[in-house]
Amino acid sequence: MKFAIALFAAPHQPAARRALRFAQAALADGHEIVRLFFYQDGVHSASSSVVSSQDELDLTAEWRTFVKAHNLDGVVCIAAALRRGVLDTDEATRYGRTAASIEAPWVLSGLGQLHEAVQEADRLICFGGP
Amino acid sequence: MSKSLLIISRQAPWSGPGARETLDIVLAGGAYDLPIGLLFLDDGVFQLFAEQAPKALQQKDLTANLQALPLFGIEALYCCAHSLGERGLGQTPLALPAELLDTSALQALLARYDQVITL
Repeated sequence: MKFAIALFAAPHQPAARRALRFAQAALADGHEIVRLFFYQDGVHSASSSVVSSQDELDLTAEWRTFVKAHNLDGVVCIAAALRRGVLDTDEATRYGRTAASIEAPWVLSGLGQLHEAVQEADRLICFGGP
Repeated sequence: MSKSLLIISRQAPWSGPGARETLDIVLAGGAYDLPIGLLFLDDGVFQLFAEQAPKALQQKDLTANLQALPLFGIEALYCCAHSLGERGLGQTPLALPAELLDTSALQALLARYDQVITL
């Protein structure tokens, strides 16, 4: 089955961990992930600025490793990310900010990418939200 | 044929960026001419009332974006009647032409759409 996965939760919220475990299980079972789309507070789950204690799960690092290892399409909503101070180097330069926290394999893009994924996938699976 | 997407908006307009960001998904889908439905549920029904005063909270008014829905081709608007009743809003006129749905109609609505996003 082709899955699109949307994450709306920050990395310290349980839904962010569940999304990663679901994605790992989906690939392990031979399914395809057409796209990961991080929106709302989910943009923090793609941030390379998150620092976890040594004895705690480093979820953002695990996401990065997972997306790289499987060459997945990992998209972070640009409007939601800017609003939350989560920028890549281009946006940091554009808005005169000193910190960039989105780097490869993640890319900033628009909501059209979510709709495209919804159209391509057999199932959209959402994690997090109010 | 395009897959249909139902977006369930559950947040009050003053509760943070949630309601606006949910609406942005709807409007983006409309811009791509996709079959999108929008259901106002729980505190999301508060978005449907006129005479909001977001300036008092130094917030932007969501009403203009909501009124843009028909311009983006989004005409499938629904509102949970139970959520309105729970909030004492059963008799208040709505600012948008949303169809009121009872519980069984909600179930039928969810079954009708290919994909669902709840925010």
